[in-house]
Amino acid sequence: MTPGRLSFFLLLAPLVLWLGLLIVIPHIDMALVSLRARVAPGEYTPSLQNYADFFTQPLYLVTFARTAIMSILATAITLIIGFPISYYIAKIAKGRSQASLFLMCLIPFWVSELVRTFGWIILLRETGVISGLLQWAGLADQPVEMLYNDSAMMLGLVYTSMLFMVVPLTTTLESLDDAVIEAGYDLGGNGFSVLREIVIPHAMPGIVSGCIVVFMLSLGNYLTPTMLGGKDSLWFTQLIYSQFIVRFNWELGAAFGFCLLGASSLIVWGMLRLTGQTLERTMGEGS
Amino acid sequence: MKSRFTLAATVAVLALNAPAHADTLRLLTWGGYAPDAVIDLFEAETGHTVEVTLSNNEEMVAKLRATGGGGFDLAQPSQDRIAGPQAEFGIYKPIDMSKIDTALFIPSMLEATKTNTTVDGAVYAVPDVWGTSGLIVNAAEASSVADYTDLCNADLTGKVTYRLKRPTLIGFAFSMGLDPFAAYGDIAAYQAILDQVEAKLIECKPVVKTYWSGGDELINLMRSGETVAAMAWDTGGWKLNTDNADINFVAPTSGALGWVDTFSLPAQGRADDAAYAWINFVMQPKIAAMITEEAGNFTASAGADEFVNDALKAQYQNSFPPAAVDNIRWYPPVPAEIERIEGETLDRVQAAG
Amino acid sequence: MMTDTPPDLECRGLAKRFDNVTAVDSVDFSVPAGSFFSILGPSGCGKTTIMRMIAGFLEPSSGDIRIKGRSVLGVPPNKRPVNMVFQHLALFPMMNVAENIGYGLRRQGVSKSEIMRRTGEVLERISLPGIGGRKVSELSGGQRQRVAIARCMVLEPDVLLLDEPLGALDLKLREKMKVELKALQAEFDTTFVYITHDQGEALVMSDKVAVMNAGRFEQVGPARELYYNPATAFVAGFVGDANRWKGRVTAAHGADVTVLLDSGLTLCARGTGLAQGDRVEIFVRPEAISIAHDPHAMGEDANQIAVQVTAMLFNGANSRVLVRDPQSGAEIDVALPQSAAFAGLDKGDAVHIGWNRDQSLCFADSGT
Repeated sequence: MTPGRLSFFLLLAPLVLWLGLLIVIPHIDMALVSLRARVAPGEYTPSLQNYADFFTQPLYLVTFARTAIMSILATAITLIIGFPISYYIAKIAKGRSQASLFLMCLIPFWVSELVRTFGWIILLRETGVISGLLQWAGLADQPVEMLYNDSAMMLGLVYTSMLFMVVPLTTTLESLDDAVIEAGYDLGGNGFSVLREIVIPHAMPGIVSGCIVVFMLSLGNYLTPTMLGGKDSLWFTQLIYSQFIVRFNWELGAAFGFCLLGASSLIVWGMLRLTGQTLERTMGEGS
Repeated sequence: MKSRFTLAATVAVLALNAPAHADTLRLLTWGGYAPDAVIDLFEAETGHTVEVTLSNNEEMVAKLRATGGGGFDLAQPSQDRIAGPQAEFGIYKPIDMSKIDTALFIPSMLEATKTNTTVDGAVYAVPDVWGTSGLIVNAAEASSVADYTDLCNADLTGKVTYRLKRPTLIGFAFSMGLDPFAAYGDIAAYQAILDQVEAKLIECKPVVKTYWSGGDELINLMRSGETVAAMAWDTGGWKLNTDNADINFVAPTSGALGWVDTFSLPAQGRADDAAYAWINFVMQPKIAAMITEEAGNFTASAGADEFVNDALKAQYQNSFPPAAVDNIRWYPPVPAEIERIEGETLDRVQAAG
Repeated sequence: MMTDTPPDLECRGLAKRFDNVTAVDSVDFSVPAGSFFSILGPSGCGKTTIMRMIAGFLEPSSGDIRIKGRSVLGVPPNKRPVNMVFQHLALFPMMNVAENIGYGLRRQGVSKSEIMRRTGEVLERISLPGIGGRKVSELSGGQRQRVAIARCMVLEPDVLLLDEPLGALDLKLREKMKVELKALQAEFDTTFVYITHDQGEALVMSDKVAVMNAGRFEQVGPARELYYNPATAFVAGFVGDANRWKGRVTAAHGADVTVLLDSGLTLCARGTGLAQGDRVEIFVRPEAISIAHDPHAMGEDANQIAVQVTAMLFNGANSRVLVRDPQSGAEIDVALPQSAAFAGLDKGDAVHIGWNRDQSLCFADSGT
């Protein structure tokens, strides 16, 4: 083996170890766990029962569908709010204000997700800041409860994900030459058509990579639905958590995990197909 | 040559023995069960060091299961979480009662725990802290609440909170005149009880503000007045009572649910001597009283009550007149299968629109 | 004076101030239909600001812009009958060539078949038929250039603005594109307004050139006039090469002045409005200086100096001789005549140089 090849393999070793130890092996183990059923204390038999449970129990399917739809909705809202912010940061703000705006998007992520979520609880709760302000301003004559419902949860999800949408979007929008936008206007385009024909097509890799990350984060979020969600809002990750931790039913929990993995991969694949992007291109541009 | 060999052998023996004298005790326990002051005293007296990991019943079992009973030297799950998981996953090892100073324990409690945690003739746990769960009521706003089912009163709509966990199922069942503990051995009968409780909980859902999930969340809800009645632990009620005299823990008429947290040895624990030393150390009345002050709950240590401050004693006596103490329903060991069907019930309640 | 047909583009008192900086200071000009007008100036002189005001991306602080006689103040860029070829062309990378060219027509709501027809037509005119389906990234530099022009021309604008579009090209291609641009302008018969800092581009292509400096037009005129009759010291220095000296007027009789250079040399020169004692700058173009081995061959030139060759700068048709006046030590740049007589000229040779009074352009010293 030449020294060149040796150093190549040495460089590769951490990646292989990381992939192997932290991703491949645990997944194989989980896959095996998901494919067995308990017959007696400490005794198991190979079985597809767990997957059958997932597809036959309406509760699980409904919870899964609800989680997926809410995640897609959260992704769409994040995109709609994040796009103008990114456009402003990348194209309109200059110099110091650009840097400070970016910093403002970043600062909430210096504190833990738990603290951020508590912040929302303090704002939204019945005896919280917003409720108090509304009463003080005379807009409400009694305390207003804004916590413990799907809107509060959506707010939390969007807030948590915003940075992961703004970063790839700002990066791709910054790479768009200002002159190209001006050319769009110069040749007769208005704001809408320049956005639709020039800005969005150019930003598409950033939009898709931002959406993939935000969708995955929302789908896999546990804390926000648990803390901000209402008494009806069951999130799929809560089902997985309770199977693993509360029910000691690792078999079903593992099966749920694989169903989540499969379905989210399918949705991401669909998103890529729909927008005509490839994973290589979006991840290359977005980072 | 010979002397050098002897020296080497001596060093080796010393090295081997040393850990037995000064171990690291990896303790998997609840918040408040191992106050820093107690750890300092223990380390000074025995030379062992203590590493504390805070957790709860479900996570303790899940952690031990994930490692096959390794990673910790002493765990403190509730006594109903010993026999089932042990039969299923084999995560504990038997207690050597000869190493326990049994004179330190309240005899009736020790015997009950030993009975409840015996699997195949071996004892797997001894009792430590005990307490109850019941109701926390703001008397100024919800004086009508005396039992779990009162949490469904329509005049309290949006003012009530409880957890969506198994104690809620059990509490409601007792409050509805059913006896879930008696049905533990009969899955079909237990399922029938759960179905009735499920219907009741779904019927009650509009009254609930939120299902609380953390102790801090519950305290905040009650303290701010957003909720006026809750199902929770006794210590939460006493803590709130200190700030607001209207709020206090109330033992429900159908009986508070009594739990006992234990000492048990994980199957692959490495520092058993340190674990036994810890058990015998914290069960001394004065040390046990320190833990009671920190955790809020009383222990199985005989004679520790004398050393507990009067405020806590008064709050306890207020919540538990002698009749209420007799009425406590102690959790029997949970058969593994019933937790699965309870889980399905809870999921259906949460998902019900 | 009003003509029957108004000029395609006319600016009156055009000015633009950014905070405290005056980028464009009261500029007047008009561009007749079908002509090629250039604005030539160093970077930062304000030429890009003028162009952006005409295109509509900036509003003037004062003054008026008229296109075919109608003021376009307050009209947004997408409504102005003006199109612009950007410095880096700004072709739309997400579209192919045909979509790029058809973009403006689509905005006008032209039917699909009509767009196809006109796109094909304009591609014919720029001699790139059939490349409509190609990606922009597949085109060569010159092809992109033509596509960028076609994208504007297909809209038949009254005025086409070009913002240094040759800047990014290499030297050879730039020379070729100069000729091609001029030909395209004739082909489309549209008014071109071209801004550049490269005098070669401006002089070769334009019917008229405005030389701009520090927000003002120094001189507007045909290339020839700027070159031979510069109105100001700046124009004389910026357009073409020149020997540039500073000195003081020792005698002035009308336009005839005698100047003592700071180097000690005395020259006869021509300059208006000058009086004895004025500080002046003198410009003499290298090709205006004749060179001879024999002093008697110099003729009637008012300025004659015996000098020594210090360097030969051979560059084909643009070859130069650097000579030094032994008395003053002044260095003078002289064009090398393309004749056999001087082919053997070498360093150290003694020669005679001379030029007449009219070719010493004298301006009051601006202090720069």
